[in-house]
Amino acid sequence: MAKQILLNNIDVLGLASFEIYRKLGGYAAVEKTLKNYTPDQVTEEVKKSGLKGRGGAGFPAGMKWSFLDKSTNNPRYFVCNFDESEPGTFKDRHIGQLNPHQLIEGMILGSYTLGARNSYIYIRGELFYVLRILEKAIDEAYRNGFLGENILGSGYSLDLSCHPGGGAYICGEETALIESLEGKRGNPRIKPPFPAIVGLYGCPTVVNNVETISNLPWIMNNGADAYSAIGIGNSKGTKLISACGHINKPGIYEIELGLPVEEFIYSEEYCGGIRNGNQLKAVVAGGSSVPILPAELILKTAKGEPRLMSYESLAEGGFETGTMLGSGGFIVMDETTCMVKNLLTFVRFYHHESCGQCSPCREGTGWMEKILQRIENGQGSMKDIDLLADIAKHIEGNTICPLGDAAAWPVASAIRHFRAEFEDHVKLQRCPLSK
Amino acid sequence: MQNNNNITEFNTETLVLVNRIISRYPQGRQKSAILPVLHIAQAEHKGWLSAEMMDYVASLLGIQSIEVYEVASFYSMFNLQPVGNCVIEVCQTGPCWLNGSEEILAHFEKRLGIKPGETTADGQFSLKTVECLAACGNAPVIQVGTEYHEKMTTQKADELLEKWQVENKCSHTNPYQ
Repeated sequence: MAKQILLNNIDVLGLASFEIYRKLGGYAAVEKTLKNYTPDQVTEEVKKSGLKGRGGAGFPAGMKWSFLDKSTNNPRYFVCNFDESEPGTFKDRHIGQLNPHQLIEGMILGSYTLGARNSYIYIRGELFYVLRILEKAIDEAYRNGFLGENILGSGYSLDLSCHPGGGAYICGEETALIESLEGKRGNPRIKPPFPAIVGLYGCPTVVNNVETISNLPWIMNNGADAYSAIGIGNSKGTKLISACGHINKPGIYEIELGLPVEEFIYSEEYCGGIRNGNQLKAVVAGGSSVPILPAELILKTAKGEPRLMSYESLAEGGFETGTMLGSGGFIVMDETTCMVKNLLTFVRFYHHESCGQCSPCREGTGWMEKILQRIENGQGSMKDIDLLADIAKHIEGNTICPLGDAAAWPVASAIRHFRAEFEDHVKLQRCPLSK
Repeated sequence: MQNNNNITEFNTETLVLVNRIISRYPQGRQKSAILPVLHIAQAEHKGWLSAEMMDYVASLLGIQSIEVYEVASFYSMFNLQPVGNCVIEVCQTGPCWLNGSEEILAHFEKRLGIKPGETTADGQFSLKTVECLAACGNAPVIQVGTEYHEKMTTQKADELLEKWQVENKCSHTNPYQ
């Protein structure tokens, strides 16, 4: 199992304490970096490593940092996105609960690189029990001289604190997160300007995901070349995959990018196959917003090549026959699962979480939910299926933030790959899979 | 922390915590503390935010009341109406649904004799459906205050209900403690 970077010590008892983390080599990357590296050199190292944003979008992390506006004297901010809310995704909680110091060490490295004096970890409000663990770890880091004034005599000072959200998925979108951190409703901003230019309090800001930041200590300890030697193609390093649904062993797995999907689902090392010996029906590979794929297309690409757990391979075939790695939220469904009902729960989620700023998303998600409820109840018509696809098409690309796309893609893909099942609901005037 | 009265002012201990939170944000940006302070206010006010409580939070942060109202009404964790002593939140999104969340919800409905959004006549329990709690590997999941209960079964639900009844469970506790 490729537990080499993020989860290598995860089973060590007491890892969440400063003492144990330090004993295992923790904070060595801060010592090394503050002494031997200029901020620009760290950015170069992260660029060279090929690390991509692990929150879902997969944007190269070093490049995102390099966009930071350094031409003004305004303060700069580094913010950790711990608003983990994408259905099927539960990897960041694992890090926060069991290895908080790895995240804090990454926050120090990122803050130093970006020149931030104040940094924040924005954590979803439901996870207050994780926030308390993080706050305890932050206190320990202060007491041991890794946070606060003049860290390790380097002249660099940093204050770090946690900020709870209030139960809004939309705040995982970085501009909504910034609005929320400013004490406002989580309404996404129109981009540009991007946060790297105008972010928190109007100042240059970088927002990165928990997992992205947690990779930084390893990269600075072992070097960009060692990191980019792991993985396949442009998918460098390892990825946390949170696997759930109808598998024998749900949980969080660190995989080397490039692992065959079939091995991930069926091997005992990972998901351990489908529950009750059932047949695999469909997979949502990267959190609820990425296109759903039927068994045959998740295991093999349309060209018949084995599908791999990598950014490129999962995207092979575009949205016609492919999907996305996304957040790594891997939801597995067996033959007993109704595709209409599953989609209904996703669309209900997006309807609930739409911030309401843009009409296509605010109205479209509610409309789609109603239609799906109708079809699931056996009261739908054939026209409803086309109407659903049409609404999804009109939401996609027509909203300020990607929540619109996130709501549209599952609908479009479910109809694309499982149209016959939607039609069966209409013909039979009931759900063919309900007992 | 008290939960007995509908207090609309924090005690000294809570004020120390609130001021510590405000100090985390730059000078003049104390509005940033609105979400953490609302979480504390709700816990201190029987699990919901009255207009008086929100006005008090506004006065603490030196902002207009409307700025608090518009935030409190946006985020789903804040209740703007009274709730029961113990609020049970059942996740219903995809991964929990795949693992039987409907059965768990139906069981709570039957045991408590209420529907989501309602409170038992004795004021002890409220039931609420929520969207993804990000614990999908241990689905189905419910939340009570700052506790998660994972891999729920109807049997586990019965055991929890019994325990909560005995201890007169209150889910509105200061989340920072």
